[in-house]
Amino acid sequence: MPAVENTIVICAGGACISAGEISVKESLENTLREYALDEVVRVVETGCMGACDLGPIMVIYPEGVFYQKLDSNNVKKVVEEHLLKGRIVKELLYTGPTGEVKEKPQEELPFFKKQVKIATRNLGVVDPLSIEEYIARDGYFALTKVIKEMNPEDVISELKKSGLRGRGGAGFPTGLKWEFARKATGDIKYVICNADEGDPGAFMDRAILEGDPHSVVEAMTIAAYTVGASKGFIYVRAEYPLAIERFSHALKKAREYGFLGENILGSEFSFDIEIRIGAGAFVCGEETALINSIEGKRGIPRVKPPYPAQKGLWGKPTLINNVETYANIPPIILHGGDWFAQFGVEGSRGTKVFALAGKVNNTGLVEVPMGISLRELIYEIGGGVPGGKKLKAVQTGGPSGGCIPEKHIDTPITYDTLKELGTIIGSGGMIVMDEDDCMVDVAKFFLEFTVEESCGQCTPCRDGTKRMLEILERITEGEGTEEDLETLKELSEHIMKTSLCGLGQTAPQPVMSTMRYFWDEYEAHVKEKRCPAKKCKALTRIVIDKEKCVGCTACARVCPVNAITGSVRNPHEIDPEICTRCGSCLEVCRFGAISKVSP
Amino acid sequence: MSFEEVKKTVTEIYERVKLESLEERDNLINILHAIQEHYGNYIPLEAAEVLKELTGKSLSEIYEVLTFYTMFSTRRRGKYIIRVCKSLPCHVTGGAAVIEALKNGLGIDYGQTTEDGLFTLEESSCLGLCGVSPVMLINDEAYGNLTPEKVFQIIEEIRERERSDVK
Repeated sequence: MPAVENTIVICAGGACISAGEISVKESLENTLREYALDEVVRVVETGCMGACDLGPIMVIYPEGVFYQKLDSNNVKKVVEEHLLKGRIVKELLYTGPTGEVKEKPQEELPFFKKQVKIATRNLGVVDPLSIEEYIARDGYFALTKVIKEMNPEDVISELKKSGLRGRGGAGFPTGLKWEFARKATGDIKYVICNADEGDPGAFMDRAILEGDPHSVVEAMTIAAYTVGASKGFIYVRAEYPLAIERFSHALKKAREYGFLGENILGSEFSFDIEIRIGAGAFVCGEETALINSIEGKRGIPRVKPPYPAQKGLWGKPTLINNVETYANIPPIILHGGDWFAQFGVEGSRGTKVFALAGKVNNTGLVEVPMGISLRELIYEIGGGVPGGKKLKAVQTGGPSGGCIPEKHIDTPITYDTLKELGTIIGSGGMIVMDEDDCMVDVAKFFLEFTVEESCGQCTPCRDGTKRMLEILERITEGEGTEEDLETLKELSEHIMKTSLCGLGQTAPQPVMSTMRYFWDEYEAHVKEKRCPAKKCKALTRIVIDKEKCVGCTACARVCPVNAITGSVRNPHEIDPEICTRCGSCLEVCRFGAISKVSP
Repeated sequence: MSFEEVKKTVTEIYERVKLESLEERDNLINILHAIQEHYGNYIPLEAAEVLKELTGKSLSEIYEVLTFYTMFSTRRRGKYIIRVCKSLPCHVTGGAAVIEALKNGLGIDYGQTTEDGLFTLEESSCLGLCGVSPVMLINDEAYGNLTPEKVFQIIEEIRERERSDVK
């Protein structure tokens, strides 16, 4: 068999697949066969490399050349030029904002350079369908170490040293949680992985499950050994079909290799994992609701205490952690708690995976040491706000979080600092917003979400958020009063104090935080019936400047609702009754003839 | 479809899922997923009656679960279920126009199915593909970086494919 000369790694994360990765791979393989290169060039599909906006991406080794925005046509050129003739295809390389071309962005770009990958160490490196590749990256070494050399107390002590806190949102110290579950008495115990990542804007758990499923299998098995559990469940959202598929495959392989099942690695310890699939309910991300759902019931939260560590699944002691938390466990075991604790800052140790989305140039996943500032994250790693627009705010923590205004972007990101700013790290979603986004609209948006997703069990969450939403709708329709603003504040306080579970208790957060930092926007809506960001439909109109319009018809052609009329070379008109203010026309007008006005 | 047929099918599915599970009890949601998959996007109401007998649960307990989760439907849905993400990252990157285009292009609102039985439009919580927002899922396939034009194109491609399949 000829020796492999090149390995091509293609990102097969969800985002790249949605951008056409499958046809790129097929085209690549066909071309390789055509030139009889298929035996000397190995093609590997890997998990999310993080830079979602550049997809589909591939890296050619040993050179490490990074090609981006591929499609089924231009990938042929890479084979013909790069592999056959040794010439790099410049136009498919990463091009920086100033036009400079980078062959190896992974080493040179701040997006990659500033990252410290622990939880995502294998993403973009291993083939998620190959257990051998995982093992080659020290996979299952931690499990072996735990079973052969450590007792459960040692594991807990390393976790405590590491300072790791739950990455799902609440940030509870992981070592302590494991200790509670270990100490709980019961003949049967369970281990659960919460993979019901529902926060809008967070997608690291999906990427980890799709790109490195074995790290979660390994960590859950270590957890089971530590707390004394024999069965485990992973509860995955049905919205993530690829994650379910890859994780199922990992389970099968782990069983074949003796890392799961009876007498793991020849020891007395037996453990197995089953996948349970969600069915579209945000509340199931709350741990007690998730437990109810695994039990085959409606996913409604239970009153805490008792906590799952004492009384969880089927009333038995249950350890429950989220995907990213688990992904950190094997490296902590291998390198020690002190090693992990050297990253980050007091109270927020280690690294955190953030999902950059919204109005930011480099969207995607980044793993950075805790304590990094928002400025570094958004400007250096994220490449700033597109289109020369001004950064307005960053939404973190999903529906339980809030907005951080531009003036606070030098704040280091830690559990405590974000709390002081009235938001949370949550699961790590960061939605960047620019001057075109209305903060009242954002608050309304989250309330719509909460109202829809409230499980309906307790009145403050079910009815209270509904009343808040009605008020916010009135305000964005231009019918709000100053009294409404007061009512919003009052309702917020009541709901936070009296809701049953964490979701209800934090549901008013998006409103509270936007009111705190963007009070003037609320006032503009209420007092002047004006939307400063020109976003709220009822308070905004789109107008065509007849002087500037040359009648190119571009706007009329893109209007999805046919609100624009006019003949070629004559100024066009827009019907405000039909217009949905979607802004498509604004984007295509090359003459600056279309603008939004408020009121 | 007669009750007897449903009974036979659901009983088979029930037994199979039970065998595949680590814990025999209470895997109602897994069973419902399997039933929905079998019937293609929906769960016939008769299935609930059968499950009542098989599980010993009351009908209301089963309905409670069936109606709580948005992904389960007791009404027949289209061959293609379009789940469009309406979360904030999609919203700030032009999601509203995409949703508008979907509704216009299909001629239906959320929860409805096109007359030809091809498409059902549903809103979805975050699909976790925020890096390429706005996003939608058609059955198990994700489409990112959407624009109104791209939406029209995707729908048209599926319609075209279906038309040629019929021929």
